[in-house]
Amino acid sequence: MTEMNMIQSLNSALDSLLEKDENVVIFGEDVGYFGGVFRVTSGLQEKHGLHRVFDAPLAEGGIAAIAFGMGLNGLRPVAEIQFADYIFPAYDQIVNEIAKLRHRSGGEFSTPVTIRTPAGGGIKGGHHHSQSPESQFTHTPGLKVVYCSNPRNAKGLLTSAIECNDPVIFFEPKRCYRGPFYGDPHNVPTWKGHEDGDVPEGYFSLPLEEARIVREGSACTVIAWGTMVHVAQKGIEESGIDAELIDLQTLLPWDRDTVVNSVKKTGRCVIVHEAPKTSGFGAEMSASIQERCFWHLESPILRVTGWDTPFPHTTEWDYLPSPERISEAIKKTQEA
Amino acid sequence: MAGSNDGSMDAYTVPTAPFRPGDEADFGGSWKEQPGDLSRPDPATCTAPDTNDHAHGLIRVLGDDDSASGEWNPELDAEELIRGLEMMMRLRIFDDRMIKMQRTGKLSFYMRSFGEEAIAIAQTMALDDTDWIFPSYRQPGAQFVRGRDMVSMICHCIGNTEDNIRGRQMPVHYSWKEGHFISISSPVGTQFSQAVGVAMASAYKGDDQATITWLGDGTSAQGDYHYGLNFASVFKPPVILNVVNNQWAISTHRNIATGGENFAARGLAYDIPSLRVDGNDFLALYSVTKWARERARAGKGATHIEVYTYRAGGHSSSDDPSIYRPGDEFECWPGGDPVDRLKKHLISIGAWSEEKDAELAQKIDDEVMAAYKEACTYGDLANGPFPPASTIFTEVYESVPWHVQEQREELGK
Repeated sequence: MTEMNMIQSLNSALDSLLEKDENVVIFGEDVGYFGGVFRVTSGLQEKHGLHRVFDAPLAEGGIAAIAFGMGLNGLRPVAEIQFADYIFPAYDQIVNEIAKLRHRSGGEFSTPVTIRTPAGGGIKGGHHHSQSPESQFTHTPGLKVVYCSNPRNAKGLLTSAIECNDPVIFFEPKRCYRGPFYGDPHNVPTWKGHEDGDVPEGYFSLPLEEARIVREGSACTVIAWGTMVHVAQKGIEESGIDAELIDLQTLLPWDRDTVVNSVKKTGRCVIVHEAPKTSGFGAEMSASIQERCFWHLESPILRVTGWDTPFPHTTEWDYLPSPERISEAIKKTQEA
Repeated sequence: MAGSNDGSMDAYTVPTAPFRPGDEADFGGSWKEQPGDLSRPDPATCTAPDTNDHAHGLIRVLGDDDSASGEWNPELDAEELIRGLEMMMRLRIFDDRMIKMQRTGKLSFYMRSFGEEAIAIAQTMALDDTDWIFPSYRQPGAQFVRGRDMVSMICHCIGNTEDNIRGRQMPVHYSWKEGHFISISSPVGTQFSQAVGVAMASAYKGDDQATITWLGDGTSAQGDYHYGLNFASVFKPPVILNVVNNQWAISTHRNIATGGENFAARGLAYDIPSLRVDGNDFLALYSVTKWARERARAGKGATHIEVYTYRAGGHSSSDDPSIYRPGDEFECWPGGDPVDRLKKHLISIGAWSEEKDAELAQKIDDEVMAAYKEACTYGDLANGPFPPASTIFTEVYESVPWHVQEQREELGK
């Protein structure tokens, strides 16, 4: 085990797969010589060669289409979209092409594309460097959608995403690249000393489609992903209530059994995400949970989310779910 | 197939930048193209093929000896030239002050126009005052030409209570309706094709407004660049389409943006008259833009311009170019420093002096400092005040819908 931040652990996952499988190629804006604007691909071009790790023209639609073609023809492309906010020129290629190829060709063709993209707020990025568009992909059959939250699961899940023969959209919570975030911008720790900052070296994978129970509890089930896992942890502490915290990790297909078993146990549920509330992935989960846990529920399922507005710049701490808002919601589930 | 390429044949080509840290940059000395090389066609009758040489050459007015010559010399009087110099100096001094503020934690982020000051200034000066401006993030200088108050600009960069866009966007993402200066958006290139739509509306209304837009060499890889060119080719609205080829898109060299070397000539394939201009030559920039504006006024449609220049600074305050390019590239750039070149020209015609220049720089610096201090009275980054949290919920729609209103009440601020 080695102490790593999330940038180092993602880099380590990419490095180990470049070693293991010569069909893995990595490309995107600034990922080559420079090593990416967040430095996730740092050193990989030098080590593995120009044609395996390279800069792409600034065209997200082109990047996705090239990945489609490479994957179809035997390679295992890992494309980076520099910010999730910039993924929309690629939306047609992802939603209509990459996601549907296997089905539309009667299983004759498929393309094992992985698209990595930093997402989420908390870096003063304003509208276009802060959004968390996971639900715009969970609504697309044919894709798998993964959202890591710490150095350990970032490495393990990215490895599985790349090795998966289905296309995967892999969200990286950029706020947590260098440390977990507990909702206080004035007190930002690093990953040093955090148990999930200890990451195996070399090849390391964790299964997709499995949630992780971060904290066991009996009084309420709190579900989160990405940065919100840490904010929710703080919210639970502040509430003083013995809540169970689930890090969903894979959003599509999600680990319904783990969630349903937990809610049946606690009878209460709060779902947290930073994306807007309306049509957010919390809505899908809430509906599914009540279908299976209705007779076990002691109070309504609550959602703590970003607002149904564009992501702001100076007022982002009033936009993102805070430990206070999460704590209030947990308390409210106890009232009934 | 794994392993089938045993190294005996090359994989696809992956271009590398010509110079990397540790190398000495070498752009071959001064330009081989000279002022006077290229004719100035009649804008009212010019066709795309008539501009073949202009798209492959380089339009210059200021020579290496600081004199102005050739058919493209706009023959501006000294007063206009001094105004242009002052605007460029204002932009550079403003940028320098803002980046210092960013470095000392007084702004969250900043982007300079360093080395590219002539572009926004000369090209905006060549337009009518009510023409539409669709900038990328390196043309905020257009606002100086149109007379925007610096205090207001700094308030936006801080995101304080006087920010006209209520702290909603990152610094440098200006919006200024009075100046016909459209809100800047981070996703690159989107403005380019939008500008064509604005110009089509102008043509529809017959209001004689033209539209100008810019994007970078890197961004010319985006679909929006090609959408814009094609719609402009088909519908021939009054629009001026600029590619600022400043050699770098963050760390990506322009040889990743095109397999060739030329951007201007792409316009010829769209049957749009296309010019390539020295982007550090104030007079040449002014002149080609005036020419494009005359075409627009005559109802002849779009002009495509490659503005050939060099990004002298980092992409933004978050960037460190020393990781991916040598430190001396700007000094070696044959186009030199656009501010310095106009200054030397003015001195050579006896209209300016080093003393006047130093005096003006000091005056501007004082004005910028005073503007910064005044802006901070409306809130600074460390202490605020900032726009109230309620501004998260307003102007999402024309009126606040019930579900957004409910969330505003839930936040309780």
